[in-house]
Amino acid sequence: MGTSTLHSQAEAALESVADRGVAIAHPATTSRAAAQAQKSETGMWVAVSAISMSFAAFTSAMIVRQDAATDWQRFQLPHVLYFNTLILLASSATLELTRQRIAGIPEALRSGAAAAKVLLANGTYWLYLTAALGFTFVLGQLLAWRNLAAQGLFLATNPSSSFFYVFTALHAVHLLGGIGGLIYVLRKLVRTNGSAETSGLGAFSIYWHFIDILWVYLLLLLAIRM
Amino acid sequence: MHDTSAQHAVHQHAAPTGFIRKYVFSLDHKVIGKQYYGLALLAVFIGMVLSWLMRIHLGWPNWPIPLLDKLSAVGAPGGAMTPEYYLSLMTMHGTIMVFFVLTNAPFAAFGNYFLPIQIGAEDMAFPRFNMMSFWTTFVAFLVMMASFFIADGPPIAGWTSYAPLSAVGGDAGPGLKVGETLWAISIAIFCIGSLLGALNFIATTLDLRTKGMSLARMPLSSWAWFVTSVIALLAFAVLLPACILLVLDRTAGTSFFIPTGLVVSDRLQPHSGGSTLLWQHLFWFFGHPEVYIAVLPSIGIVAHILPVFARKPLLGPRASVGCMIAIGFLSYMVWGHHMFVSGMNPFSANLFSVPTLIITIPATILTLLLIGTVYGAKMRFTTPALFCIGFVSVFISGGISGFFLAQPSIDIYLHATYFVVGHFHFVMAVASLFGVFAGTYFWFPKMFGRMMNDGLGKLHFWLTFIGVYCIFMPMHYLGLAGNVRRYAAFTDDYLIPLIPVHKFITVAALLTGAAQLIFLFNLIWSRFKGPIASENPWEGTSLEWSTTSPPPFDNFGGKHLVVYNGPNEYGVQGAATDYVMQASPEKVVTG
Amino acid sequence: MGKLFAVVVTVITLISVSFFVMHTWWPPTDISTTGPAIDRQMDETFVETGILFLAGQLLLGLFVWQASDKNPARKIKIFPGGSTPLVAAAIIVVGIEVLALTFLGSKAWAAINLAPAAADSVHIDVQAEQFAFWFRYPGPDGQFGALHPEKIDEANGNYFGLDPANDVAARDDIVVGTLTIPVNRPILLTMHSKDVGHSLYVPVLRIQQDFVPGLDIPVHFTATQTGKFEIVCTQLCGLGHYNMRAYLEVMSEGDYEQWLKTQAGQ
Repeated sequence: MGTSTLHSQAEAALESVADRGVAIAHPATTSRAAAQAQKSETGMWVAVSAISMSFAAFTSAMIVRQDAATDWQRFQLPHVLYFNTLILLASSATLELTRQRIAGIPEALRSGAAAAKVLLANGTYWLYLTAALGFTFVLGQLLAWRNLAAQGLFLATNPSSSFFYVFTALHAVHLLGGIGGLIYVLRKLVRTNGSAETSGLGAFSIYWHFIDILWVYLLLLLAIRM
Repeated sequence: MHDTSAQHAVHQHAAPTGFIRKYVFSLDHKVIGKQYYGLALLAVFIGMVLSWLMRIHLGWPNWPIPLLDKLSAVGAPGGAMTPEYYLSLMTMHGTIMVFFVLTNAPFAAFGNYFLPIQIGAEDMAFPRFNMMSFWTTFVAFLVMMASFFIADGPPIAGWTSYAPLSAVGGDAGPGLKVGETLWAISIAIFCIGSLLGALNFIATTLDLRTKGMSLARMPLSSWAWFVTSVIALLAFAVLLPACILLVLDRTAGTSFFIPTGLVVSDRLQPHSGGSTLLWQHLFWFFGHPEVYIAVLPSIGIVAHILPVFARKPLLGPRASVGCMIAIGFLSYMVWGHHMFVSGMNPFSANLFSVPTLIITIPATILTLLLIGTVYGAKMRFTTPALFCIGFVSVFISGGISGFFLAQPSIDIYLHATYFVVGHFHFVMAVASLFGVFAGTYFWFPKMFGRMMNDGLGKLHFWLTFIGVYCIFMPMHYLGLAGNVRRYAAFTDDYLIPLIPVHKFITVAALLTGAAQLIFLFNLIWSRFKGPIASENPWEGTSLEWSTTSPPPFDNFGGKHLVVYNGPNEYGVQGAATDYVMQASPEKVVTG
Repeated sequence: MGKLFAVVVTVITLISVSFFVMHTWWPPTDISTTGPAIDRQMDETFVETGILFLAGQLLLGLFVWQASDKNPARKIKIFPGGSTPLVAAAIIVVGIEVLALTFLGSKAWAAINLAPAAADSVHIDVQAEQFAFWFRYPGPDGQFGALHPEKIDEANGNYFGLDPANDVAARDDIVVGTLTIPVNRPILLTMHSKDVGHSLYVPVLRIQQDFVPGLDIPVHFTATQTGKFEIVCTQLCGLGHYNMRAYLEVMSEGDYEQWLKTQAGQ
């Protein structure tokens, strides 16, 4: 009873100091931070399930619609989509580089604050790059839309184009939401001096990689069906 | 899973100050739970008034209803309801009741308030998402209500909003221009709110249970909220795409649901190739699990409350949990039973009929276990107890009629008749609401620190119990006679002789509705004038009774409870009283 | 309170059941060949569910009555055997009931929806629209004309969108608002919708089938009695839904032939 109270008091003291933004080493693996990371990740898996279910619903809608009538018109997928895919895959890679750097911080803290600062700076750099790649992807999707418009394919032109726009638009919306989450994680990382758990980096990674995998699935689906 | 660390997991927000932070944009799950309850209460009274208007019109079609022309001069000129306005009121009645009452009250309201407490947590896993989920639901409600005040009026396509009636736009009739679009947008927003809520419930149940609170020791109500939130997560995730596609068909000229060559109001529609049945599949894939979302929490609430007043353990708690999970799982396999006569492949009728009939097995088990709990009990007949045993009776009544509808050959005759209306009102409107009533009378002392008046509660129970049977049992007879539903008036030769039955139902509905005012009065009066409640007025065992009434901001005043027992320790011998609380280290002598 | 509940539940149960048993409100007499199977199915279901209904409500009432005994010396009793007998009973009894109903019911369903129409059926084309049913007969040439939605002209009675000027087969098609059929002959309806979803419900025939826009749906039956009966719409189709009806006229073979001749002459 006694030691655990002291321990939690010590934790609380450290956390309150860190929250006030004082640049001292933050023990990144307090039980509170670990619990916070755990529930964030649980929540994120749940969210991923829901989003998957929605896209499954759209997929079955597309399959049913395609078979319901003979008006499905195939078209050539804009080539920029493949380039965008590489961009998105690259962003997952940069995210992993971020995580690697940040994961090294608790270890680095043992040898001094300077090493940790370098890792934090490096990690946030890769995270900025992830965001940039994400934005580039969305811009690339807009290019794909323009390509389609130039071919005379709009939202209501044909069921195939309808689903193309619906799938890509909704995916892009989720990705933009992800970038919003990324900014949140970024700010928290800086404020907590690189505490991956408190800033939700693990949960965010689940989401970002999911959006990436979701895109690959959608690309395959569109390529096969259209 | 994470026993000690879970205690530190929440508490990210300090106690709020200021009116806005405390009562409006609150992060506290208890406030959010009360907000959901308040919204459901507002919605149920609106929904009930709508049903009165419908029933009056059905019994006395030419009688001008006072003040109705104030609500809509176009829909009810001089108070005489037009057929389209009847359909509008009917659509809004169903939509408001299913979404804003039956998904909100037993699940979002009580679940938000009591799930964290029953598992010993300080708050939900994501308090900010929790606040967002309520306000999102509230915005959805405002959007839905807005359709009452637009020129064209509320939509007339029913809460099921079948395409192409709902998809082609204003050509198909009044209310289908802007009103139906508002409906689809409102429901889409509602989906988002529900998804956020379900996410919270799941993460909270998995990660925030206090030390000693294994899943096996969770109260049945918490189990029900957990299973319901899994169902809700997957179901609303399908309704949202459906609504998005519907809005696109209505506004962007797409043809997801609208086939070629439709001539509506002498206009050849510009859409082509869409599938009407696609809407039905998407909708009912959500719609069937939705009805279990409406009723499972009430089953859990009743299973939680009944033992308290029976003073003996719930019979078969593990089997009960297993049945809830089975119902949740099976609920995804039966949606086609709403579509037996829809023109889908007739072979699939058997595919859907079998799981529909099988789902009666866990439902029967749950009912028998509740009845078995009453066996040999030393019952304390308080108001919540009455609503619990009343629940069992109405759940039996509602479930039995399901046996008929589950069989495709019988459904050919009974589909779209009042038999269906009687069935779903018994299980959803009545049984689910009885669970809400039981929960209200039971948990009011904990939520507000005061007791509700038991005398008024009993009066409310008797009038309601008898009243609902008078309203909904006759509907089965009407259905057997072939009385079609969703009719604004009964002008067919074979329906005219049935109008006296409708008049009877209308009178019963008005009287039963009036009886609900007793409940409303009791709620409001007791909130301010009720006798002060102790910490554990009912002698319950679960964790909500191990804290003050009402609980402090962080639920347990900084204490981290340790759980030693399951919630079922009633009728215990060798204990100081006849029960042992979950948080009590007192040794339990089984026997 | 408990005794009162037991009494009230018993009274409600007995009153409810009595109305079912007395057939106070009941399906009309069936006049079809496939209907009796449905009626048998319903009767069996009533018996089985009636037993469950009575058992459940009366047991509930009985246990509540017993539980209201205020004798302080009484000890609580656990249900004999615990939950196991109840779980087992539910699985076995309801399971058997489910199996029985499924097997018996699937025959009735198959006869209506899976069996093909008889080769010599009287073929009638049915169109549902806001807010009427129209019935089309092929006429003496035995052929239906093609349908052209863009040619629909309600004002001039061209409900189906026929093109008699260019389509020979359409010239002798007979379009009426009453479904006129011969007794004891198999009838095949092909149903389509002009606008939104509708449904065809004929209680005396025990048939109900939705009109699904975009699809042509077959329904077949044989009427066994002459007379005039109602057809009503059971799929919400707009403001006139409650008023959307037609009549079914079942005639003797001779009368039907006469009727056809008269219609063809017009």
